[in-house]
Amino acid sequence: MTNYLIDYTLHLADNALILGQRNAEWCGHGPVLEQDIAITNISLDLVGQARNFYQYAAELIHQSVDKSTHPATEDSLAYLRTEREFKNCLLVEQPNTDWAQTILRQFFFSNYQFLLYQELQKNNDTQLAAIAEKSLKEVTYHLRWSSEWVIRLGDGTAESHQRMLQAIDELWRYTGEIFTAADYEEEAGVDPSLFQPQWLNKVKEVFDEATLPVPEKTFMQSGGKTGTHTEHLGFILTELQYIQRAYPDSQW
Amino acid sequence: MPVQDFEQLFQDKIDNEVKIEPKDWMPEAYRKTNIRQISQHAHSEIVGMLPEGNWISRAPSLKRKAILLAKVQDEAGHGLYLYSAAETLGMSREEMINDLHSGKAKYSSIFNYPTLTWADIGAIGWLVDGAAIMNQVMLTRTSYGPYARAMVRICKEESFHQRQGFEILLVLSRGTAAQKIMCQDAINRWWWPALMMFGPKDSESTNSDQSMKWKIKRKTNDELRQNFVDMIAEQIKTLGMKLPDDQLKWNAERKHYDFGEINWDEFWQVVKGNGPCNKQRLEARRKAWENGEWVREAAAAYAQKRADRQKDKAA
Amino acid sequence: MNFIRKFYYGDIPEDKAGGNIVSSSSKTDWPLWEVFIRSKQGLDHKHAGSLHAADAQMAIENARDVYTRRMEGVSIWVVESKYIHASSPDEAASLYEPANDKVYRHPTFYDLPDEVNHM
Repeated sequence: MTNYLIDYTLHLADNALILGQRNAEWCGHGPVLEQDIAITNISLDLVGQARNFYQYAAELIHQSVDKSTHPATEDSLAYLRTEREFKNCLLVEQPNTDWAQTILRQFFFSNYQFLLYQELQKNNDTQLAAIAEKSLKEVTYHLRWSSEWVIRLGDGTAESHQRMLQAIDELWRYTGEIFTAADYEEEAGVDPSLFQPQWLNKVKEVFDEATLPVPEKTFMQSGGKTGTHTEHLGFILTELQYIQRAYPDSQW
Repeated sequence: MPVQDFEQLFQDKIDNEVKIEPKDWMPEAYRKTNIRQISQHAHSEIVGMLPEGNWISRAPSLKRKAILLAKVQDEAGHGLYLYSAAETLGMSREEMINDLHSGKAKYSSIFNYPTLTWADIGAIGWLVDGAAIMNQVMLTRTSYGPYARAMVRICKEESFHQRQGFEILLVLSRGTAAQKIMCQDAINRWWWPALMMFGPKDSESTNSDQSMKWKIKRKTNDELRQNFVDMIAEQIKTLGMKLPDDQLKWNAERKHYDFGEINWDEFWQVVKGNGPCNKQRLEARRKAWENGEWVREAAAAYAQKRADRQKDKAA
Repeated sequence: MNFIRKFYYGDIPEDKAGGNIVSSSSKTDWPLWEVFIRSKQGLDHKHAGSLHAADAQMAIENARDVYTRRMEGVSIWVVESKYIHASSPDEAASLYEPANDKVYRHPTFYDLPDEVNHM
């Protein structure tokens, strides 16, 4: 009965962790000191959300199986699962490439998280609802920050506009998956397709101000939610999990 | 008023512990010394993000990842406070950054050493931040107001940095055999560079010391270095590790630890750019700055457009 | 003035430095802003420091990220540094010293019996 809930919680955790990991790559390499600090803040928020979800998933696992045979912790869930077990959507694992792609990825995802967490606040599962409520404050800021940057870059210089077009071209194909419910989402009572129109409205509003075109319907990539990822995830996990894999059963 | 009177008034203020503020009259050399020192300090914070940032993606637990992210982010903040303090003396941040990238301005040589294992993150927090804090606590009383205030803020925030480093090593020192080796190895590699952070020996220069007279500095290199050795020599006992110095020994007469000779040739080589990572560090900073140029341009262009539109509306 | 300086941590002499290319400046530098933070309701905004931002919105967000990482604030003001007008230190004597002999403006000037509390 709780299996879908475990999967769903892991999905939420993986999304936050992988995007947090990606954003953290900017730390020390941002385009200007103030923005280096800003993107790191968002990364910190996301890692914090991931920890909350992983901790809850570990609790759920202990409720359903014997703790002594399957000890689960936030770290075992983040560090010892394989590529095929990760349930994050494809969007969050896409590379940073440049500031435009990082900004657009953040905008697409924060826009989604903002709507999702509002829904999740009302979920029957009080623990998920509590994490969502806490995270919503952070996400509200991420959405505002990334929206403003989309507008700045879209309506900035010819080069920044061009780079945003390129980013849209790269990332749009990963936005469909977000709104196609996996089995565990349906069973958890969260249907993301319901808030897709609101998501699209926000994109239209921001793109309009940014003088950027909203793409026509195109083919959408999917598979991340059920463990079929792009090649990027393997490399992300290789780095992320290296120490725990190299020195098993150690305290850090 | 003749210049001499200004200088006398200025020195009187210093002697009476009155802070110098941005618009006050100050000798040109005082301004220059402060710009050089504050900007070097700022550059050190920024370049210092790189060796540690190196391990954010590989941190061994989610808790350690979050702590390290927060710590490296703090360093960015500290760099920002310091650039702001230096800007009050009339040099723009962009000029300072250009000087860093051209090799004209320096940063603390310690950051030209590589971080090879996770234990290095612990060693940096404990030894490198520990050495930096000795200096920074002194600088909270420096004579230039904006610099002193930046240091107060920084010291307040830094208090967790050294502790988290020590804690990383403490966990390793109580861990598996492999972790203990990792811990000792990191201490071996970071100890001498950390001692070099305090700069050349006092005896290298016996003449008048303007920085002390102006109270930009309040303790000599050797005094600070000795304080540091005394502190670390005690703390390492808790770790059950050894400092890589056969001559390290308590001297009951001096009430200080004696310690061995620093390799000064290595010190000057690293300062001159021949450290293990000088090239990579500067390259990484230059690359970040160059790749960010279109972003800075776009934001400036957009701000200009929006201001123009508002003007049109008002007209 | 010619003296031999002694150099300290974080203060490496230029003559010992490596390369030396003349620095250049471009137009992409964002303006400087001064940041004022109210640390809690009921207190004044206090100068916290400065930062660079392209516009006011960005300046407020940067200030939030830079100066309130540890819950230091509940409200932020920013103003572009070039719009700050400051009194000149040379006039300090004429501006502030006349207040020195107006001790009657301070409550401690008045000697009241101990029985009179809370005044």
